[in-house]
Amino acid sequence: MELTSPFTLEYAYKRSLGPVLSRFFTALRDGRLEGVRTATGRVLFPPLEYDPDTGEDVGEPVEVGPGGVVTAWTAAPPPGEAWVLVRLDGADTAMLHRFTGDPASLETGLRVTARLAEQRVGFITDIAGFEVEA
Amino acid sequence: MSDDPVTRFKAPVRLDYTVTAGSVTADFLREILKGRLVGRRCPDCRCVYLPPRSACPTCGVITTEQIEVGPNGTVTTFSVIRFPFEGQVLEPPYACAHVLVDGTDTPLLHIVGNCDVDDMRMGMRVRAVWAEELKPTLASVRYFEPNGEPDVTYDSFSGHV
Repeated sequence: MELTSPFTLEYAYKRSLGPVLSRFFTALRDGRLEGVRTATGRVLFPPLEYDPDTGEDVGEPVEVGPGGVVTAWTAAPPPGEAWVLVRLDGADTAMLHRFTGDPASLETGLRVTARLAEQRVGFITDIAGFEVEA
Repeated sequence: MSDDPVTRFKAPVRLDYTVTAGSVTADFLREILKGRLVGRRCPDCRCVYLPPRSACPTCGVITTEQIEVGPNGTVTTFSVIRFPFEGQVLEPPYACAHVLVDGTDTPLLHIVGNCDVDDMRMGMRVRAVWAEELKPTLASVRYFEPNGEPDVTYDSFSGHV
């Protein structure tokens, strides 16, 4: 006899954001995609609170995108979801997000653009997803 | 939309799934239904694991021998939970403890009840208190409670902390 049981794993986190991510999510809610510039001149998007190479504080915000290029992707079989790593124009790092276009069109190097949600609250889903650039 | 800066957000993580007990865990849970704690022994290093493991993580060999253990044990370490949190089952303050059940070599994380949290001690002797209705879950042991035996020395369980 097989023993099975329903199981729910849940963490009802609330997190405070700190100055760097607060600025990022405030800008995102207001419809702007903002990375940060490091002391060595790289632009991190999404921003990190510290330069991963040096541990130094990061600097001023830099507006990036909304267009970008797919650097890697994965797609579940239809009608599953597709996920992309996107390096936005003006950024040196890539972000992971949903791809809302036709998964069959996915390839590394594909030009995409961020589509913002109409109702934005200051959360990463304020980017509704990425779609193929017109 | 608000004009206030975004300073915090909810980041809930929730996974709903069906867990299937493997044969070793299923055996363990069937013994629970009989009110027995049954671990498994490594044929190589002789360590007894509770909950049982299908293979010894130290030696990498399959455990074969089932062995009834307890119901007494020793608190090797503990933590008193004094604050409430979402999803909490028990009313604070209460004590979580590592209980080294007699006959085993790996402490079991469980609750110590029927004991003032300020009386909790490493080395205190406890026994399993079973629920009235046994179900195939470790929660069928409601908690461990002091069994009246004198405390044991740290040296007697320091190899199992």
